Amino acid sequence: MSESIKHTISLLVSNKPGVLTRVALVFARRGFNIDSLVVSQGQTEEFSRMNIEATGDTRTLHLMLAQLNRLVDVIHAVEHDSSNVIQRELALFKVTCPPEKRTEVLQIAETFRSQTVDISDDSITLQVTGKSSKVNAFRQMMSPFGILELVRTGKVLMSRGATITA
Amino acid sequence: MADSMKTTAEVMLDVLYESGIRHVFGIPGGNSIPIYDALTHHPLELVLTRHEQGATHMADGYARSTGQPGVVCVTSGPGATNTLTGILTAMMDSVPLVVITGQSVTPNIGLDAFQEADVLGMSFPAVKHSYMVTNPNDISRIIREALHIATSGRPGPVLIDIPKDVSATMIEPPEASEYDLPGYKAPPVAKEEDLKNAASLMKRSLRPVIMAGHGVILSGAEEELRSIAETMDIPVVTTLLGKGGFPDTHELSLGMPGMHGTAYANKALSNADLIVAIGARWDDRITGVPERFCPNARKVHFDIDPVEINKIIPVDCAVSGDAKASLAALIPHLEKGETTRWIKQVNRWRRDYPLKYRKEGKLRAQHIIEELADMAGPKAVACTDVGQHQMWSAQFIKSENGKNWLTSGGAGTMGFGLPAAIGAQLARPKDVVYTVVGDGSFQMTLCELATAAVQKLPIKILVVNNRYLGMVRQWQHLFYEDRLTGVDLDGNPDFMKLATAYGIKGFRVKRSSDVRKTLKAALDWNEGPCIIEAVVEQHDNVFPMVPAGATLDEMIIEAPRSKRGMGE
Repeated sequence: MSESIKHTISLLVSNKPGVLTRVALVFARRGFNIDSLVVSQGQTEEFSRMNIEATGDTRTLHLMLAQLNRLVDVIHAVEHDSSNVIQRELALFKVTCPPEKRTEVLQIAETFRSQTVDISDDSITLQVTGKSSKVNAFRQMMSPFGILELVRTGKVLMSRGATITA
Repeated sequence: MADSMKTTAEVMLDVLYESGIRHVFGIPGGNSIPIYDALTHHPLELVLTRHEQGATHMADGYARSTGQPGVVCVTSGPGATNTLTGILTAMMDSVPLVVITGQSVTPNIGLDAFQEADVLGMSFPAVKHSYMVTNPNDISRIIREALHIATSGRPGPVLIDIPKDVSATMIEPPEASEYDLPGYKAPPVAKEEDLKNAASLMKRSLRPVIMAGHGVILSGAEEELRSIAETMDIPVVTTLLGKGGFPDTHELSLGMPGMHGTAYANKALSNADLIVAIGARWDDRITGVPERFCPNARKVHFDIDPVEINKIIPVDCAVSGDAKASLAALIPHLEKGETTRWIKQVNRWRRDYPLKYRKEGKLRAQHIIEELADMAGPKAVACTDVGQHQMWSAQFIKSENGKNWLTSGGAGTMGFGLPAAIGAQLARPKDVVYTVVGDGSFQMTLCELATAAVQKLPIKILVVNNRYLGMVRQWQHLFYEDRLTGVDLDGNPDFMKLATAYGIKGFRVKRSSDVRKTLKAALDWNEGPCIIEAVVEQHDNVFPMVPAGATLDEMIIEAPRSKRGMGE
């Protein structure tokens, strides 16, 4: 029946209280689950940019976008495919790391150009940035050591070249 | 303090008045007292209601019957939550309202203070837009923006929540400022290419039907629609909310389609090769299961709201824009097609499957509704509540003007009928206003009889009394093997004593033969509202009926001749 896949949507919205709720209500009412959400003030303080990854029915995505665009506080909302946008994510991993495993962990971290941000007797905290797929791969490599804690920023997007991200 | 200083509330009322608003509907409470205080010496007229829901429906009736926005002012907490039903009603039917709600003083917001509620948050899914006023100096801009948003594009309700300390603050009335609405999109303008495409589909069609909705009335496209239908010779069905956008009395009119539409409208849609929806949103009461809706017809859709395009029914051609402007731009592209045979066929259906009821014997709701509409004439404003009487009204009241037909369509809000009529009568004091209500729906807002009585509004309130929640009873009867539950309105008041209690006139009619005499007396009574209680056949059902999940051509045209309760 429905074809649920992950969609990447970016919005430019008024930077005011309540706008996130209005936007989230549209996702909820259309049955889209928000997988990740990044909201920050944009280049001017009147507007915020939202990057949202959400899983839902592809056939009704157009309707949700139209409903988002109908909100008075939404300047615009569009879906992105990966072809012409820069996409980045930052993640912090706290991994079990007794002294005897340190070299092995740091070697893998080096391969992913990950930075060590904290270290203790039994653990190490690593910062990794890149495409979400890279963060996923890093997670897979760290799993055997035991991931104690993981936090990801969610997908951050920007159009390539001089085009302004819609 | 400079003499020119005013409270935020006074500035707000000034801006409303300067924008053309003359009436405010509502009832006060602690957190709206500064606003009501400002009303004491203001030319804006307060219409004191008995309940906040009534206030919203009055403003709604005022708006629908004039095209001007209706304004409501209530208090915080329960006062504000009581407006939500009316706000939803207006949202679903694209009615311009501005609802001003009092709020607790700013330091108390979010602290569960007395009569404090997150009204702004509750409003989000039910409004076109909403505001919380935090800076008194924003009031002028916010009121003007709210009126602009409510009335422009696809109209809808806007809520403004004002904390009591903000409404009471003294400010220097600000200069008129620009709107600050960077995300509010101007309505789309029809593309030439889409218009040509639509015109070409219309020319080639042998069996076209126009489906006219509320958008025709909202944009004032009646003349353009009529011109197109007449020059192209295309039959027109009008949706429940589009009624009057094309005259019911016109020879090309097929009346309302859908669940309780006329058989000839439904047969025309089912057999059409082209359906042109104009300001109509393919509501499920017409389309049923979308995949099975007229699969052999091509579809063209004129709509101002991009959300409606391909929402329910995938269309072959969409024209985005204001209906009046789009139709005016379409006319030069049109070439008459060949519809003579089709019109003959449609007229055969009209002849073979007329709407009917019995005028002899027990009084029928249809009978008194049709007589009232006939005697009140086409200039009268007809309002309805929600239920069986509403469908019979849609079937039997002949409307020639969309602003003379007020009914809650999308939300189907019981309790709409009486307050909507009050709003309409205040807006149009010279016109006859009548409202058809059921004994069930009437009781949901009958406290507003006091509002009508004190204002001496000569509204004719036809209470169609079958002592049932008739539409639910009909469903339970037809689809739940007559297992009736929760529909018997045993305990109804004596409606004549009710009239007396409110100091208004009451008429009761039980026999078909007394209908005209009673209605004449009621129409001649102009010293205030009157109740006309029609005690009607209890088990009558609304036909035709398209059962839920069935297609339009599977409708039950009339009651089967069988056991009790079928009404025939």
